[in-house]
Amino acid sequence: MSAEETRSVTLTVNGERVTRAVPVRQHLVDFLRMELGLTGSHIGCEHGICGACSVRVDGVVVRGCLMLAVQADGAEVVTIEGLTASEEIADLQRTFVERNAMQCGYCTPGMLMTAAELLAQRAPATREDIRHFMSGNYCRCTGYHAIVDAIETTLNARLQR
Amino acid sequence: MKAPRFRYVRAESLDEVLGLLAEHGDDARILAGGQSLMPVLNMRLSQPRLVIDINRIAALKGIALQGDVVRIGALTRHVEVMGSPIVARHLPLIAEAMPHVAHVAVRNRGTFGGSIALADPSAEMPACILALGASLVVASARGRRTIVADDFFLGLYETAREPDELLLEVLVPVQKPEHVSVFMEVSRRHGDFAIAGLACCARADAQMLEDARLVYFGSETRPTLAARATAAVAGKPWSQASHDAACAALAEDLDPIANASGSPAIKLQLQRVLTRRALDKVRERANQRVLLQ
Repeated sequence: MSAEETRSVTLTVNGERVTRAVPVRQHLVDFLRMELGLTGSHIGCEHGICGACSVRVDGVVVRGCLMLAVQADGAEVVTIEGLTASEEIADLQRTFVERNAMQCGYCTPGMLMTAAELLAQRAPATREDIRHFMSGNYCRCTGYHAIVDAIETTLNARLQR
Repeated sequence: MKAPRFRYVRAESLDEVLGLLAEHGDDARILAGGQSLMPVLNMRLSQPRLVIDINRIAALKGIALQGDVVRIGALTRHVEVMGSPIVARHLPLIAEAMPHVAHVAVRNRGTFGGSIALADPSAEMPACILALGASLVVASARGRRTIVADDFFLGLYETAREPDELLLEVLVPVQKPEHVSVFMEVSRRHGDFAIAGLACCARADAQMLEDARLVYFGSETRPTLAARATAAVAGKPWSQASHDAACAALAEDLDPIANASGSPAIKLQLQRVLTRRALDKVRERANQRVLLQ
């Protein structure tokens, strides 16, 4: 077994520039959680199925467990902490509460990160469209109905503005 | 789990990649979108000595119409293929299949070439490029060569690409105006791995279809061109009898694998159902096109 290889990376996380030495085998979510203390991004399956680790990299939502931290060198990363602080999805977070769109909350950061991309498209979407868009995010509590309600309500409110 | 230790190189040029592949061959893995490599690393199903990250090589990206061929760079991400006006206009089969490829976050990273080079038996893109009669350009330090899709997919995750070769681009002939394509698949949940699927392209009109290429995937170890089923319908007037004959012939063309998704008999049945639906859809689209003319 070779020695642990590390590499220096510089990236922007939630608007702040950070430089760290990272083990090359460390995935992005472990880096965000363990190195930067941003524990809003959750680790579920760690092989790209559940979506709990969804983060935004260079403007699009990705699986944080399916990208190495070293690959984020030079990238702009936004986690649920940054998305919350910017108030980009304050309306969606409000409707999640109103519609009771979470129970244990483990999937919620990933749900919000993915839904944020749908909302940013500012295009009409049916409930079926919303379900398709959200199909890569697992929730084991809610049965999804309330999550779709919350996203639909938020999207329609935004489109009427 | 966490990935095992490996050496990591972020390649800055094609020559650098080909040099590393020449030196390390099977001990190296190419990291493109990472949507299949990262899971197997995290689960330690693969323990490569070297991971070669090709994401910075711009020459491998992009979609371009060149005469009657669409060139898709191997590193082009699924989301880019899905949003491409060139693909929408000239490769409607791929445009129809793309929403079935995984989920939004995976499509944002995963690459067209990565899906084809990996040759997962449930993957949509290998079946599509086989149905469309595409060619694949691969390169090694020894030189470049072009492989037709018919000769590329050899078995379960097995392709004609040698360990020192990198897939550079896929050349897909544009769909001719007199052709019709249809894509269908069955999966447990939208975006999940296909249990059975069918990509087909044929010259079709209100009377019949000819030059058909029916490619089945999901149920087989590799995307499979169904020669006997195709022969059963090609050049014959549209009829229930020819559809029945194609479905019957499918038993000779296919050799479904047994796994958690079902037995070979279930998968053959699913492929037969898809065949009927797809042929009906081909006919419907051929009729619509005739009406539009």
